[in-house]
Amino acid sequence: MSARVETLLWIAQRATAGVLAVCVAVHLVTMTYAIRGGLSAEEILSRTRGSTGWLVFYALFVVAAAVHVPIGLRAALAEWFGWRGRSRDAALAAFALALGGLGMRAVLGVFS
Amino acid sequence: MNSLHVSVWRGGAQGAFQAFEVPRRASQTVLDVVSYIQRSLDPTLAYRFACRVGMCGSCAMTVNGTARWTCRTHVDKVAKEDRIEIAPLRNLPVIRDLVTDMREFFDKWARAKGQFRGAATRHDGFARIRPDSTERRRADAGIECIGCAVCYASCEVVQRIPDYLGPAALNRAWTLVNDARDVMRAERLRAVAGDAGCHACHTQMGCTERCPVKLAPTASIAGLKRETARWMMRGER
Repeated sequence: MSARVETLLWIAQRATAGVLAVCVAVHLVTMTYAIRGGLSAEEILSRTRGSTGWLVFYALFVVAAAVHVPIGLRAALAEWFGWRGRSRDAALAAFALALGGLGMRAVLGVFS
Repeated sequence: MNSLHVSVWRGGAQGAFQAFEVPRRASQTVLDVVSYIQRSLDPTLAYRFACRVGMCGSCAMTVNGTARWTCRTHVDKVAKEDRIEIAPLRNLPVIRDLVTDMREFFDKWARAKGQFRGAATRHDGFARIRPDSTERRRADAGIECIGCAVCYASCEVVQRIPDYLGPAALNRAWTLVNDARDVMRAERLRAVAGDAGCHACHTQMGCTERCPVKLAPTASIAGLKRETARWMMRGER
């Protein structure tokens, strides 16, 4: 892969790491606060559905994870299994799409 | 006088440790120990050294599991209960005994565009570089590398990805990226970017921890990551 694309992947991973740091912190604090007295699934859904702000927040969370995780796996696959080249990158592109697709499906199910 | 129990690697990649007893002396270095074995106990022992004063970078070996420059490593510092194990450097092919094949290590300096290329001729004046300029200070921080390959032998990424350029070659590239007289900047940044270049570094800092002349290749590699990012964002050719 070209030097430019490799550099772009590095920037993407750094940038999404920053996004994920915020998203994970907000997610954990919110979850801990929200369920401190106990909540049923029905109660959770009644609060989340129709909330555009949270929809956008978790959509961003999913996109960041779908970009960040495959790039990290790319290095891990090279180092641990010596798997490099187009076949690895194609597999990881498919994995990224699956991760993003399944994540967005979950987000839309909870918030829309 | 006390004796030192020394295990020395013999053979090539397939070999075994051989035990020697060496007299313990004051201010004895690991290189002194190896030289004593070669001169007094077994003249067939192969090892490499030249200056004996930490300048040439040729005597690095693995001492009790850690890569070190043996001419400046005192036995007192590394011996455990009067025992020392001496092996060739890791991550390099073993030629024989304590001698490794350094070709790949130095070929990677060339692949990282570690050669200076200027545009000035003998008719041009001297380049005027301010000693306190940012670029000059960055180059200064990495320029004293002695090419001993201790960093390379201590790098876990080199171990995992054999074509990874490694800390020394990338450190060299960083000093040249900061050389205002050099004209190969874009070519060099292209050469060091990627998953066998600076972006493969995990910042584990094994190189920086082990560098005998206290350089910080990790910082140089981080500099290359930043600089390649700027280069890509600006769309430079």
